[in-house]
Amino acid sequence: MKKLLLSSIIVIIGITFLGRLSYLQLFRFSPNQILEDPAIKAIYDYPERGYIYDRNGELFVGNQPAYDVMVIPREVKPLDTLEFCKLLDIDKQTFIDRMLKANRYSPRLPSVLVPQLSKEDYAKLQEKMRRFTGFYIQKRSLRYYDTNSAANVLGYISEVNEYDLKKNPYYEAGELMGRTGIEKQYEDVLRGRKGVKYIQKDRFNRDIGPYKDGKLDTLPELAKELHITIDKELQEYGERLMHGKRGGIVAIEPSSGEILTMISGPTYDPSLLVGRKRSANYTKLHYDTISQPTWDRSILAEPSPGSPFKTLNALVALQEGVIDPETKFTCYNGFYVGNKKRGCHCGGGIRDMNSGIFRSCNAYFAGTFRRIYGKFDTTDEGMDVWEKHIKSFGLGNYLGTDLPTGRPGRIPGKEYYDKWYGDNRWASSTIISNSIGQGEVAATPLQLANMTAAIANKGYFYTPHIIKKIGASGNIDPRFTERRYTTIDREHFGPVIEGMANVYRYGTAKWIRIPDIEIAGKTGTVENFTRIDGERVQLTDHSVFVAFAPVENPKIALAVYIENGYYGARYAGHIASLLIEKYIKKKITRKDLEKKMLEKTLEHEYIKPYSGEPFKINEYVW
Amino acid sequence: MSGKNVLRRLDWLTVFFYVLLVFIGWINIYSTTLGEDHTSIFDFSTLYGKQLFFIIFSLIVAFLVFFVESGFFERFASIFYLISLVLLLGLFLFGKTIAGATSWYDLGFFNLQPSELAKVTASLALAKYLSDIQTDIKNRRHQLYAALIILVPALLILPQPDPGSALIFSSLFFVLFREGLPLYYFLIPIVLVVLFATTLMYGTVWVAIGLVLLLTLVFLFKKTSVKIPVLPLIITLVVSVLFSLSVNFVFENIFEQRHRDRFALWLRLEKDENKLDQIRKTIGYNTYQSEKAIESGGFFGKGFLEGTRTKGDFVPEQHTDYIFSSVGEEWGFIGTAAVILIFSFFFLRLIGLAERQKNNFGRMFGYGVISILFIHYAINIGMVIGLLPTIGIPLPFFSYGGSGMVFFTLLLFIFLKLDSNRLREGI
Repeated sequence: MKKLLLSSIIVIIGITFLGRLSYLQLFRFSPNQILEDPAIKAIYDYPERGYIYDRNGELFVGNQPAYDVMVIPREVKPLDTLEFCKLLDIDKQTFIDRMLKANRYSPRLPSVLVPQLSKEDYAKLQEKMRRFTGFYIQKRSLRYYDTNSAANVLGYISEVNEYDLKKNPYYEAGELMGRTGIEKQYEDVLRGRKGVKYIQKDRFNRDIGPYKDGKLDTLPELAKELHITIDKELQEYGERLMHGKRGGIVAIEPSSGEILTMISGPTYDPSLLVGRKRSANYTKLHYDTISQPTWDRSILAEPSPGSPFKTLNALVALQEGVIDPETKFTCYNGFYVGNKKRGCHCGGGIRDMNSGIFRSCNAYFAGTFRRIYGKFDTTDEGMDVWEKHIKSFGLGNYLGTDLPTGRPGRIPGKEYYDKWYGDNRWASSTIISNSIGQGEVAATPLQLANMTAAIANKGYFYTPHIIKKIGASGNIDPRFTERRYTTIDREHFGPVIEGMANVYRYGTAKWIRIPDIEIAGKTGTVENFTRIDGERVQLTDHSVFVAFAPVENPKIALAVYIENGYYGARYAGHIASLLIEKYIKKKITRKDLEKKMLEKTLEHEYIKPYSGEPFKINEYVW
Repeated sequence: MSGKNVLRRLDWLTVFFYVLLVFIGWINIYSTTLGEDHTSIFDFSTLYGKQLFFIIFSLIVAFLVFFVESGFFERFASIFYLISLVLLLGLFLFGKTIAGATSWYDLGFFNLQPSELAKVTASLALAKYLSDIQTDIKNRRHQLYAALIILVPALLILPQPDPGSALIFSSLFFVLFREGLPLYYFLIPIVLVVLFATTLMYGTVWVAIGLVLLLTLVFLFKKTSVKIPVLPLIITLVVSVLFSLSVNFVFENIFEQRHRDRFALWLRLEKDENKLDQIRKTIGYNTYQSEKAIESGGFFGKGFLEGTRTKGDFVPEQHTDYIFSSVGEEWGFIGTAAVILIFSFFFLRLIGLAERQKNNFGRMFGYGVISILFIHYAINIGMVIGLLPTIGIPLPFFSYGGSGMVFFTLLLFIFLKLDSNRLREGI
């Protein structure tokens, strides 16, 4: 026994050690630890973020240098503090506080002393910099906007947060990523791919050379420039017209589906979200819950489309053969649903398709709508057919654009009404409001513009998109060059387009014609309500207008939606007319009209519901 | 005696293990202390160069040992022992302080650490005393004398302060156990350590309840034929409980905060995970870094000179006490397991050699050598892999340091010299 004591202890200890070592080195070991290793630091080489150009090659977004003044506290030699502070435009106390903070962080490592100096400040500082040892200037790149428009289209970039880091392993803390708009949608293209160098560090975090002689290092992959379909001049002009108005405008080139302009009012200058004041500006914009400048009304607002929707009902009725262009309905300054009268502003009389459209007669379209349903034995069948036709225009569902956000709008089907009223408890008369685009139908300005493009093309459209070219020669997603056909035959479009052209010749928009350009359009005046202290209150009608021009060989199709702008030909019609002229003629001949639109605002309408006092709506004077 | 005979009788297997350990140790010191500029391995301005010099010097010492008559060590054991005690005392007057401990004499080119010498001389003195024909290990008085030989140098080293080295001397009790000191003495420190730890973890009340339950079980399951002395058992119980009570007092009032923190970490006394983590990264920083380095080596290791944490000097004192973590990082489990196995076989081989000695002095000294080398190994590696609290003692043949290298070699080769002469000098 006494001979075995020490031997057995040696064996027991040996086994214990082997057990502990296998726990440490086999069980707790994780193979992917190069980034967790405190001794290895990854240094990234970031490619410059890609530039964004408009459809004509005009620069939209570039980059600008900003200059951070850095300090390594341990290397600082006594200096003329007063002069240095004056150069940096900070006071002495701030300087002392920041130096102490930098020293607390690490005396050996660089800290930012003054972030993001402008070019001018940098120029002053540069030549004197060598006199201040321990300080140096680090260049970094910020977004530069060669426009004050299109914030909703371009989007912005910001530092990644913890959620992004978890979701996408590419990013490291402190890096930037696109948050909205194009910056988000084409993040991978604009960003490129960073290169990485692994550096071996000692415990003081000093470099002691490349890790594994740089075998694992990679080179950065350059970002590509992006050409988008937006017309910068038209965009800027449209945003000026939207001054003081809320709403959305979308214009599309019918022959390609390219989005020419996408305006949301109110908007903001994209440069606000760059640089030293970024955070304060963002807070201000984000928390403006009344005018909501960061909410893109051109693709997210879903108002009822109003009268422009009548054109689709006409097309469906023609396709189903329940009317022909000569079919007539009588308007009694309104029409009857059961024994309840619904009004009409067309002036009354006998209406055919042409005058039904250009005078926007409610009675004509109510009759047409009933005919569509009358063709089928049951309302359900009629509903299915109607829904199929309408949806083929890209309404009631996501369009599939290359925008990072969007809304489906709403084209109600039979399930919707079954749920609402109960099975067999509703008929065409129940849903008659849909005939004139009020009721339950809803569409975004983008969907309305696309619908107009489909009419302009006489039966097909291209999925609206914002990308024109990736890189110098890069192709875009082939789904944007495929025609999507509606369920309406080409021959039925003629009479409807004729009616829409007459809107300008004789109808609701005859005061806003453009000399030498044949336009087809349709006004819309949309009733809308809000709740004030729980009570349903009607507000001034939304002004809606869709149009395309020229009628032969259309170059632009657009939808304008102005909140509380009263009838369609007023704000929406005027703006649409100016935009079409601007795009096609490149100049404005009707200066007085332009002046009126640039100056007039609707702020007085927007404050009404918040005023706390009774107010009038749909005022005649404007 | 011809040199040729000595070489033939030398136990080459042990020498092989020795050379292997020294070689692996130096390789790791090289990797740990290699700077940016690669210079010759004989560059004495570098630590690995110096260590290489110490190794060569040690080999010369080992070689010279064979020219000394083997009776010399036994004859002069008492003198050597007294000299080393004088040297330890002299430290109080002439000692050089390094890292807070006054443990060295400054000899200009070399710092001599007399506590290393004392390990050799105490082993010799103990063996000489026990092998004396008049010494009877069963005699209480003789047991006390033997214990004093062990404890006096330890008590002189303790106030340097160098509690680690002082602790080493307690390993010489293994020699006494081998020579017939009743084994239940061995139980006393174990019981005390267990009582100490359990009291800190669960408190005196639970320890007392546990002890009573344990005794009840013994009474219930004992064979009826076995008679248990009731009174001594109860006295033991009472003493244990009293000891347990004193533990809290000692822990709270005599220990310093850094000691309390070490135990808090070791026994997981701190239940708050955040605070424990805090302790781990401050008080337990060395162990934390060394565990991480070993862990990151995985099964195969990162390869020679590829240890990122080794290169970055993340493990403090890596070339001295924490050299084993470098093995773990660069050579992986293969390397660490190999080192553990080599050490284990080395010790077992030495026990074999000790047991075959014809003369008592040789066997006793052999056990002294094994005990001292083994306790270094067990405490050092236990600490580096996080099983024991931080106790600063080197790993024999591995850790950087001249005194250690020379005296461990001396210790080993005096024994090998005795072994090679065992037949000639037997009785």
